[in-house]
Amino acid sequence: MNDSEISSLKEKAYLLRQDILKMTTKAASGHPTTSMSCIDLLSALYFHEMKHNPKNPEWQERDRFILSKGHGAPAQYVCLAHAGYFPKEELNHLRQINSMLQGHPDRVKIPGIEISTGSLGMGLSVGNGMAYAGKMDGLPYQTFVVMGDGELQEGQCWEALWTTTFLGLGNVTVIIDRNGLQNDGWVKETKDPEPLAAKLEAFGFETITINGHDFREIIPALQKSRSAQKPLAIIAKTVKGKGVPFMENNPDFHGKALSPEQLTEALKGLER
Amino acid sequence: MIASYKPGDLVASRDGYGDGLVQLGENHPDIVVVDADLAKSTKAIVFAKKFPSHFKYMGICEADMVSMAAGMARCGKVPFVSSFASFLVKRALDQIRVSVAYSQTNVKLTGSHAGIATGQDGPTGQSILDLAIMRAMPNFHVFVPADYYETVACTQAMYDTVGPCYMRTCREKTPIVFDGVPEFRPGQSVLLREGTDASIVACGAMIGEALAAAALLEKEKISVSVLNASSLKPLDSKAIDREAQKSVLVSAEDATVNGGLGSAIAERIAENRWPARLVRVGVQDTFAESGQAHELFEKYGMSAQAIAEKLKNALKQERK
Repeated sequence: MNDSEISSLKEKAYLLRQDILKMTTKAASGHPTTSMSCIDLLSALYFHEMKHNPKNPEWQERDRFILSKGHGAPAQYVCLAHAGYFPKEELNHLRQINSMLQGHPDRVKIPGIEISTGSLGMGLSVGNGMAYAGKMDGLPYQTFVVMGDGELQEGQCWEALWTTTFLGLGNVTVIIDRNGLQNDGWVKETKDPEPLAAKLEAFGFETITINGHDFREIIPALQKSRSAQKPLAIIAKTVKGKGVPFMENNPDFHGKALSPEQLTEALKGLER
Repeated sequence: MIASYKPGDLVASRDGYGDGLVQLGENHPDIVVVDADLAKSTKAIVFAKKFPSHFKYMGICEADMVSMAAGMARCGKVPFVSSFASFLVKRALDQIRVSVAYSQTNVKLTGSHAGIATGQDGPTGQSILDLAIMRAMPNFHVFVPADYYETVACTQAMYDTVGPCYMRTCREKTPIVFDGVPEFRPGQSVLLREGTDASIVACGAMIGEALAAAALLEKEKISVSVLNASSLKPLDSKAIDREAQKSVLVSAEDATVNGGLGSAIAERIAENRWPARLVRVGVQDTFAESGQAHELFEKYGMSAQAIAEKLKNALKQERK
C-alpha cells in the first residue's frame, strides 16, 4: 500500500462523504452519521480490497459484501454509484417514491445489493450462508460483513458468530463498526458489549482492533482476513458522524439529515 | 424411495418430505438441506443419510438457519429448511420476512408437526398460526399437502417453483387420499368428491375428516363436495367461486380459523357476494391442549362428526 493509493482512497472517501450528506439532506431523511462512521471501511472494500464487477454484479466469483447495519445504506449507495453499479444521479432520489434507492438496502431493486437488510442482526447469518456455499463450490471469494456495535445486542448476531467459527468459515470477515452510539444513546450505557474482543475470541475468532478511519490500518486488516487461520473479526473503532465536527459523537444525530443550511456548513468544514 | 400405499392407509405426511427430498437429491446437486435439530422428526434425516455432504444441522437456532439459507440461495443453492412449524415460522419470522420474502431468495421452508393433530406435545408444539402468518407474507407460495403422496409432489413443486415457498406437514398419521404421487400445481385445487348440496373445502390433516364427514352426510342423503385446497397460496379462486355457489360452504383447517383457509374463502365470498353461507371449522381463536389427535379434533369441533353436524345446521338455517 503506497502513499498515492492512500491519498486516492482518502480523496474518494471525501467525495463519498459529500454525497452522503447531500443525498440525505435532499431526502430530508436517512442516517448520515452512521453512514459516515463506516464509509472509510466501505471505501477500502469497494475501491481497493474487493474483487467485484459493477458491470456484472452477479459475477459468480465476486467477493460478497453485506451491510448488516442496513440503516447505513447511504454509505453503500454512494460506493455502488461511484463504482458504476448505477448512475450517480440516482443518489438524488434516495427514499423518494418510485425510486430505486430504498431507505434500507433492497436486494431486488438495487444492483450490487446482495441481500435486503434493515432489520438488525441478520447480515452475518446470510454471509455465513454465502461463504458456506462458496466452500461447497470451491470458489475462492471472501464475504465481508459490516455490523454495528449496537446491532450486536440482537441475539441472532451471536448465533451467527458461533456458526462462523463452528463451521470454520475463514472466508468470512466480520467487521464491527464500533462507533459507540445507537439510536437512543451510548452503546455502553444501553447494553455494553465489552469485553468485546474477549467475547469474540471465546467464540473462536481471531480479532484485531483498528482505527476504522485510517486506511493504513484498514487495508492490512482486510488483507489479513483472507489468509487468517481462524475467521477474523475486525473491531473498527470509529466516530459516528466522522468528518463533520458538529455531527461527531453527537447522540442526537442518529436518524437525522441536515437542513440545507447545516449542509452548507458541513460541506465547508468537511475533513479532506 | 417413494413408498407404496393404498388409499385409506394411515401414513404421516412428513414421511413424504423425507422421501420427496431424496427423490429430488438424485437429480439436483444444487439442493442443500438444513434443519434445526429436528431432522429425525421432520424427516429431513432421510435425505441426510443419503446425501450427507448436502445436509447440515444448524443447531437449535431457527433465525440463524433461515438467514443463512437465504445466503446460500443467493449463491445458487436451493436450500430446503425444516423444523417444527411452530418454531420455524415464529422464531424465524422476521428472517423469513426480510432475508427470504422481501429479498425474494429461493428458499424452501417446511414446517412439520402442524396443527392440533400434533397432539400430546401440547400448545407450544402445535402450530396453529403458521397458515395465517405465511398466507399474509408477500412473495410466498404456501402449500398444505393432504397426504404422503401429495407431500412428495409438493416437495418437488417447491423445487420447481422459483422463489420463496412454505409447506406444512403433519406428524399424525392420516389416511392416504391419492393413488400414487399426484400432479401438483400451485394455484390448483383437487376436487376429491363431487356433491350438489354443499361443499367442504379443506387442507392437510382435515382432508381425511372432510371425506369422512361427506360419507356420513351421504347416508343422510346430503350430497357434499370435498375440495382439497392444498395450494393455500395462490388459492384456486375459480374452484372456490364454483363451490361458493352452493348454499353452504364449510372450510376445514387444522389451524386457527383467523387468517388461513377459512379467512381466504370468506374474503372471496364477501368480495363477490357469492351465495354460500360459510362455516369455518378449525381452532376458534384459542390454544388447544395435550391429548390424542382424535380427542382434540372432537373436543375442538374439528372431527368428521363435528364437520357433518355443523354443515347440517347451516343447511337447515339456509332452508328456513
